[in-house]
Amino acid sequence: MELTRRKILAIGSGTLAFASLSGLPAFANLTDDAITSLTGGKELGEGKISLTAPEIAENGNTVPISIDAPGAVSVTLFADGNPVPNVATFKFGPLSASRSASTRIRLASTQNVIAIAQMEDGTFQTASSNVKVTIGGCGG
Amino acid sequence: MASGVKPRVKVPKKASAGETITIKTLISHKMESGQRKDDDGNVIPRSIINRFTADFNGQNVIDVTLEPAISTNPYFQFDAVVPESGEFKFTWYDDDGSVYETAKKIKVS
Repeated sequence: MELTRRKILAIGSGTLAFASLSGLPAFANLTDDAITSLTGGKELGEGKISLTAPEIAENGNTVPISIDAPGAVSVTLFADGNPVPNVATFKFGPLSASRSASTRIRLASTQNVIAIAQMEDGTFQTASSNVKVTIGGCGG
Repeated sequence: MASGVKPRVKVPKKASAGETITIKTLISHKMESGQRKDDDGNVIPRSIINRFTADFNGQNVIDVTLEPAISTNPYFQFDAVVPESGEFKFTWYDDDGSVYETAKKIKVS
């Protein structure tokens, strides 16, 4: 069989579609479980913390994320479309000033990034942001 | 991975007492997620930095738990209060047991 350019393109897009489909068991439930185990099923408030993420990330390998959570003891980040939803946990010590931090994370596909903050009074606050990812960052 | 790991930290040299300063840290590390496969289809084992801490004169500023979803060459930016002159100590803990450390002095006037 002679490989024309058109055929190569067709094969390429076929494998791409397969790869993206095969990586999609229900991750959302995993994230819910992870959040419940963190908060103990307590109610999540909204509005006191903020999560800054780009609307569109061209490269899922490095997506800049920053959190700002005044009055938080710790902040945990989740990405609900990644093979493992946990991303990072920031614990703020006594010398931390503004309870904010920035880092760069990997996102496998277009998904929500969720921040859960535990406040000083033991309540939980949440913020989330949808990030559209052009090229996924988990390999495989 | 213990080779080629180089921490880089940016801390202002001077500050006034009680001032909030911004610290930026970067460490060169592959952060192999354990999700990737090599050419033969074998999973490349996970090898990441799993914890990062920053302390000032023995008091904690920030303590981060890292998961494989943190990018290659983990970067952190955060704020700290400096009550007096002293030394910031930054520590990274690798999956393979290695510990990478660096320290920066700051003068408070």
